[in-house]
Amino acid sequence: MDDPFVIAGVELSSRLILGTGGAPSIQIVDEALAASQTAMCTVAMRRVDPGISGSILDVLDRRGVRVLPNTAGCRTAAEAVRTAHLAREALETDWLKLEVIADERTLLPDPIELLDAAQTLVAQGFHVLPYTNDDPILARRLQQAGCVAVMPLGSPIGTGLGIGNPHNIELIVGEAEVPVILDAGIGTASDAAFAMELGCDGVLLASAVTRAQNPAQMAAAMAAAVIAGRLARLAGRIPRRHHAHASSPTEGMAVF
Amino acid sequence: MRLDVNGDPRDLDDGTSLATMIEQLAGSTRGSAVVVDGEVVPRSEWASYPLRPGQSVELITAVQGG
Repeated sequence: MDDPFVIAGVELSSRLILGTGGAPSIQIVDEALAASQTAMCTVAMRRVDPGISGSILDVLDRRGVRVLPNTAGCRTAAEAVRTAHLAREALETDWLKLEVIADERTLLPDPIELLDAAQTLVAQGFHVLPYTNDDPILARRLQQAGCVAVMPLGSPIGTGLGIGNPHNIELIVGEAEVPVILDAGIGTASDAAFAMELGCDGVLLASAVTRAQNPAQMAAAMAAAVIAGRLARLAGRIPRRHHAHASSPTEGMAVF
Repeated sequence: MRLDVNGDPRDLDDGTSLATMIEQLAGSTRGSAVVVDGEVVPRSEWASYPLRPGQSVELITAVQGG
């Protein structure tokens, strides 16, 4: 089936984007990457720790996975813009997962700072993929600002609560002219499948895999779920009905 | 000469270039970015960039993250 997943003119071979945070070791990330068959992974930008051997970048290179730096931890547009420039310098990519969070307790995006940062970074030539609230109007404004995708949350980062407001996700999908990637809140495979059934173009998840009891096995489950959800979306589900509707013929019953 | 690197004092040989310092601390210059006294220094300038005593350096790299 010809169903390419394209962001900013670049075709990705998987609709599952993996965050690498939360795994206890790089080895476990490596195994999860292989099982997920992902084509793009997020990384964070932090101070060099000379005590750490082995780089996440080596693992991504070896697996042929594209790197998507994030601005995790930034609270203001100014911080996010500075971090974006560091990421571009370090990784030689102008793709960016833009994250501007309001506080540590909710990790919810600060919409005012997010839009401000998105506008600035787009003007500076970045390809911006913003992590956003499940707010259709904010998603619209981010698209108008020139973002190459919008990434609404299902529920707050790391909660595994799934998709709290599927109606809003459908509204975002319904008017999106760029890919919609469900980002954050996925807990298990059915959440990822549901996101795809709602019409999302992709799913970005980290904790659901990296903090699972068996990360590689969960990565394989997520890969299958994203494919299943996409196929179901394209296949067109039956309408919901209030009363039963027999699938066996009602004519020709034997008469006793 | 003594500089501040990622919040800690660090002694380097006089005349050490930025590229040399990054290789020493990060193992390679790949995947790194550097801020000196608040300004991002482009990769193309690292080899010739002379560090001076008292400067404040932030050395950043990619780590596991969501």
